Amino acid sequence: MSFTRVIAVARKETLQILRDPRFLFLAFAFPVVLIFLFGYAITLDVREIPTVILDRSNSTHSRQLIRSFVNSGYFSEIARANSEKEITELIDRGEAAFALIIPFDFAEQLQRDRAPVLTIADGSDANTSQSIVAYSRRILTDYNLKRVGSAIGIDVSKMRVTAQTRFWYNQELDSRHFLVPGLIALIMTTLGALLTSLTVAREWERGTMELLISTPIKPVELALGKLLPFYVIGMFDLFLSSAVAVIIFDVPFRGSLVLLTISSSLFLAAVLSMGYMISVVTRSQQLAYQVSMLASFLPGLLLSGFLFPISSMPKAIQIISLAVPGRYLIDILRGIFLRGAGLDILLPNLLALAGFTALFAILAVLTFRRSV
Amino acid sequence: MNDLAVTVENLRRKFGSFVAVDGVSFDIGRGEIFGFLGPNGAGKSTTIRMLCGLLRPTSGEGRVAGFDITRQPEKIKTRIGYMSQKFSLYRTITVEENLDFYAGVYLMERRHHRDRKDEFFRQTELGAFRNRVVSSLPSGARQLLALFCAIQHRPQIVFLDEPTAGVDPTARRYFWDKINSLADEGITVFVTTHYLDEAEECDRVAMIFEGKIAAIGAPAELTRTRFKGRVFRLGVENPLQARSLALTLDGVNDAVVFGSELHLTLGDAANPDTIFRQLESRVSFADAPVLIEPTLEDLFVSLIGEERR
Repeated sequence: MSFTRVIAVARKETLQILRDPRFLFLAFAFPVVLIFLFGYAITLDVREIPTVILDRSNSTHSRQLIRSFVNSGYFSEIARANSEKEITELIDRGEAAFALIIPFDFAEQLQRDRAPVLTIADGSDANTSQSIVAYSRRILTDYNLKRVGSAIGIDVSKMRVTAQTRFWYNQELDSRHFLVPGLIALIMTTLGALLTSLTVAREWERGTMELLISTPIKPVELALGKLLPFYVIGMFDLFLSSAVAVIIFDVPFRGSLVLLTISSSLFLAAVLSMGYMISVVTRSQQLAYQVSMLASFLPGLLLSGFLFPISSMPKAIQIISLAVPGRYLIDILRGIFLRGAGLDILLPNLLALAGFTALFAILAVLTFRRSV
Repeated sequence: MNDLAVTVENLRRKFGSFVAVDGVSFDIGRGEIFGFLGPNGAGKSTTIRMLCGLLRPTSGEGRVAGFDITRQPEKIKTRIGYMSQKFSLYRTITVEENLDFYAGVYLMERRHHRDRKDEFFRQTELGAFRNRVVSSLPSGARQLLALFCAIQHRPQIVFLDEPTAGVDPTARRYFWDKINSLADEGITVFVTTHYLDEAEECDRVAMIFEGKIAAIGAPAELTRTRFKGRVFRLGVENPLQARSLALTLDGVNDAVVFGSELHLTLGDAANPDTIFRQLESRVSFADAPVLIEPTLEDLFVSLIGEERR
């Protein structure tokens, strides 16, 4: 293998990237767009649920109940309704996700033993409505306890067994802290596979491969030379998105920078060789683009644990997800960012990534040799 | 064996049921300029691509620079230069960046590369385009660049596939001067063309038609030994009409139009006077018929005619 040839290819590839606005956009603007989009738009937290209230009782008690809903921070009153019809309209239009209806005899019923109130949650978003129902139950339970306590003259907040819950590694339970490290992995998967998948295909398409394969260049020299600039871009994107995560989204960074660099390098090597292999096999930019999106973005989004925890997937899907390199990096990144995990904890994931790298690299070089 | 740069024995290549190259055999001596002539689709590029190790032959044997084309293509690739028919340099980078890239790929010494590059930029119009992106070059300049990319590392053998396609006549002169000076340096040149006037520049030519070699030899010798009949040149007002008329006459083997002139090939037994009298009664002659030396083009047309018959 000749180092001179690798450098010659890397230099040429870099020049081509720098003169191609399409590549420049994908390499440098796309990650930033993606991280802001996901960082700001996607949140799994349920807060300030738009709530409409119909208070028929209009009593001290009903107002007290309403206050405990609104003061919880989970519910935000957007309208006071005068009829059930209004509630239906607001929920239909999607303006309200929750409704609280207090009947006219609420105060009187409260003096006896039963005081039903009606709560309505928009069930079209199943996940959110689950959380809404849980929050509303908790508020009602607290309300009942307080009433019972004051009736018998005891301050219940001092009496009952209270669970002091602490969310380790993500104390504010901010879903961004959980999403953004995963997002970085997703960006690197997609870009790595996508950008490299175009490079070899483009040479076949434009006819430049014809001349290149008449030269003594070896498949491994070509592969290394072509991947080197994309490795640099990938690492740049990694540090850029990490910086955005820490500075703009306040994601903590508790682990080691060296470990971050090593594991991301391994991961990049794996996805870059995967993209390269796709390019070698497809020989067309259009097809390479589609295959690499299918092979990188979709599994990266759905099967990597980025949005949906792998442990709650069906067993069969869990086994399939073992073949998705992204899941290992996401584990590693969450470990490094949120838990400050060290090498001892991350080692199995690192080994898995090293395995992928070796597999794809060998396949990439072998498939190329056959196609000449 | 040592004096032969290329030897080819019964080389064949099929694409599906289509036979692109159908059992060609030839040898090329070291330092020779060897021309491969034939129309598009005759099998010229397919032969070159097999010799450069880009395409595996279906059957047959070949050696380039002493190495087997199927078993040792990697050895061959370090000793050859190739200019493909379709332009295949990088369009989005500059002229100089392309040259630097290929110099790196061929592991050229930096000093040699710089000297040859400077000389090339001094000698040709490309000096003005040095830092221009390739896609903005006129087609003649692109061909020049491709030629230089193929020869800057001084290969033992250079394969040029239609190098002068789309090049204007003055620039074509530069190409052939360059090719001649390469041969003087001892570099073997394998060149394909369909400009038959260029073929006269070659030491030897092979005429290829439908995958087979129809004739092979030095241009002058070929027209002398392989051509049957006599060629007459005459000026006529309507050459196309005259041609179709002439072809109906007994003793006329071939009639080819060259601009406003007609070349008539008459069989050895035919009487020219009778034929021209018959012809002149139907079309008017601008110039009287003259007996001429047959050109390669005349030979080629007659060989193809023979093949077809």
